[in-house]
Amino acid sequence: MSLLERHLGFLAALREAGLPVSLAEGRDAVSALGAVGLADRSLVREAYAATLVKRAAQRPAFDAVFEVWFPALIGSGSAESALLDPESALIDADSGEIGADWASTGADSAGWDTGEALADLRERLDAALQAGDQQALDRLAVEAVARFGAMPGRGPGMSSWSAYTTLQRVSPEELIGQIVQGLLATGRTEEEADREARNRVAGFRGRVEADARRRIAEEKGPEHVTRTTLRPPIEQLDFIAARRTDLEEMRRQITPLARRLATRLTREQHANGRGPLDFRRTVRASVSTGGVPLTTHHRPKRPHRTELVVLCDVSGSVANFAGFTLMLVFAMREQFGKVRAFTFVDQAHEVTHHFRPGADPADVLTALAADTAHAARWGRTNYGRAFTTFAEEYADALGPKSSLLVLGDARSNYSDLALPRLRELADAARHAWWLNPEHRRHWDTGDSAARDYSAIVPMVECRNLTQLGEFVHRLV
Amino acid sequence: MTWFSSPADADARLREVGYLSDPGTAVTTYLSGQLGKPLLVEGPAGVGKTELAKAVARATGAELVRLQCYEGLDEARALYEWNYKKQLLRIQAAHGETWDATHDDIFTEEFLLTRPLLTAIRRDAPTVLLVDEVDKTDVEVEGLLLEVLSDFQVTIPELGTITATARPFVILTSNATRELSEAVKRRCLFTHIDYPEPDREREIVLAQVPDLDDALARQLVDVVSRLRDLDLKKAPSIAETVDWAHTLLALETGTLDEDAIRQTLGVVLKHASDQEKAVRELKLAAGRRP
Repeated sequence: MSLLERHLGFLAALREAGLPVSLAEGRDAVSALGAVGLADRSLVREAYAATLVKRAAQRPAFDAVFEVWFPALIGSGSAESALLDPESALIDADSGEIGADWASTGADSAGWDTGEALADLRERLDAALQAGDQQALDRLAVEAVARFGAMPGRGPGMSSWSAYTTLQRVSPEELIGQIVQGLLATGRTEEEADREARNRVAGFRGRVEADARRRIAEEKGPEHVTRTTLRPPIEQLDFIAARRTDLEEMRRQITPLARRLATRLTREQHANGRGPLDFRRTVRASVSTGGVPLTTHHRPKRPHRTELVVLCDVSGSVANFAGFTLMLVFAMREQFGKVRAFTFVDQAHEVTHHFRPGADPADVLTALAADTAHAARWGRTNYGRAFTTFAEEYADALGPKSSLLVLGDARSNYSDLALPRLRELADAARHAWWLNPEHRRHWDTGDSAARDYSAIVPMVECRNLTQLGEFVHRLV
Repeated sequence: MTWFSSPADADARLREVGYLSDPGTAVTTYLSGQLGKPLLVEGPAGVGKTELAKAVARATGAELVRLQCYEGLDEARALYEWNYKKQLLRIQAAHGETWDATHDDIFTEEFLLTRPLLTAIRRDAPTVLLVDEVDKTDVEVEGLLLEVLSDFQVTIPELGTITATARPFVILTSNATRELSEAVKRRCLFTHIDYPEPDREREIVLAQVPDLDDALARQLVDVVSRLRDLDLKKAPSIAETVDWAHTLLALETGTLDEDAIRQTLGVVLKHASDQEKAVRELKLAAGRRP
């Protein structure tokens, strides 16, 4: 693969990973490479990043693709020259002679994966982790994957590498105790040492995973890895498919998202024309220009604010989605005249009091989760009963100024849907919307009553933070 | 002109004037000078984005021209404006002159008020143009910037086109409260400055507060990085870390124990809920200690 081909392949891979890389940017990247030279890999990486990455959120994806397309190593050996001489690098990679590399570096090529080798590696890993020696850790990660992560295949090109197996064998977590001891000896407090040790071990795990990815790319081609290992950016991740760490990350995104939306809104309100002319101010200002009113002054426009009533399903499957939507709505409280929130599984329960101004998002989510018990008397999602109890107990919440927002997947366990009740509620409110966290193609499958409900209340698909942000923006 | 001769040179010279950059920033700064493209710097508040522009100006001996962006910024504030009041005076003073002579007179340099963008373009000497908080402006101003940033020229109907003789070194900063348009981003190099690694932050704190004890600085940076992990409304910035260091120095606190932290927490955390959370987390940590 020539350097140009690699460059173009890299750009294509970035596009596939969701970075909008234009032709002009690709050209800029080439001139940037010309300016920094190819000798230093980290400079190459930064030159590419400076010209191709346009948002901080894109950087992790960029780094992952870069690792795969411009690996620091070929096989298990060092390949500083890989970039300078792509042809020879490729030959190295094709031969796949890993054992020979280690033999030449003095490692024991006879005992690849023995208990002895494992004990030895762990000993060195322990030392490196205690010292925090980044370079040694890099080397050890490479060695660990080479020794313990190989998954021999049936034919050529079928073999693969596994970070999972490697980490199972090496199990760096078991070293945490020793590292803590070592750090305590250097005069740190216990919690500092504990945290630092965990960080270092997590760093090592990341290295091992990256190295396994690099090796797989070497065997199966970088395109394969880019396609299979990259996850969508956090704003486009489905609420329902999110893992626990993703949810954590999403929660962090809520406040910035609300702030961005709020700035956008004030800006748009300002752009929506000016208020009536402020005659006195205009005349007063004209005195300084000899009575010529060069600039006119206007009164500020009165903002129009909607009252919002949120009714959300908090049963297991959609609880996260409901939580995020509530958080976002409350983070943007100033944009609404008044917000009241109700949760339900089979009966409505008011939760507005949890959203004190300035409250911590994490606490609020925990309190909401703890409160779910009040929302379920029978324990199975029942939209019909929830609408009925809501209409009976909280009918006063809806009025001609308020908008009703229903959150849920409309899966009602084949029970009575209470459609007339929902129609009453929708009629009492000024507007009504239904946000559904499921993909549109899953609507009306199984016990989903999406079609029946959407005939009464317009239903909107809202699977991720981006869609949620767009919807809340439209709502205001 | 060449601004920096290599990434290492950029790093060293920025360091000389008291700006400790991370490797990525040094490379991008060098590239920005070398390729003559504006540099868009994004990142949380208080990590030294504006400071980078000032440091580049100091390191290269260039003059800093600053355009502070805000909502409602318009062409007249960013580019140029005619001095209407002075023009009115001129007309009123010109008794008996013909109209032709007068209108030639009132559109000259004398009545032109140059604003930052035009100033930066017209300067012959090396100039660093800082467009600060570009995300605060309206979208229309981006269009204006676009023309200036890609061609480095401005057209004034009465005077003609003014082209930059020496390209200024342009740095745009943004807190990403609004997504900038693709067009602006395409014309810029991009770098994201994040909170620094503990070691680098300690260096920065020690550089700013030289009297601080080294062990105390390590403790301080450690607590701050722990606070940043806590997922607060407003994570402490570098500037606030430095403030904290000053505070501790002023109070003559030798060690950063729990009491000291609680008393001075207001220096770094400015939200009541953040403070509550921090105190709670630190207490949790204390409870674990034997």
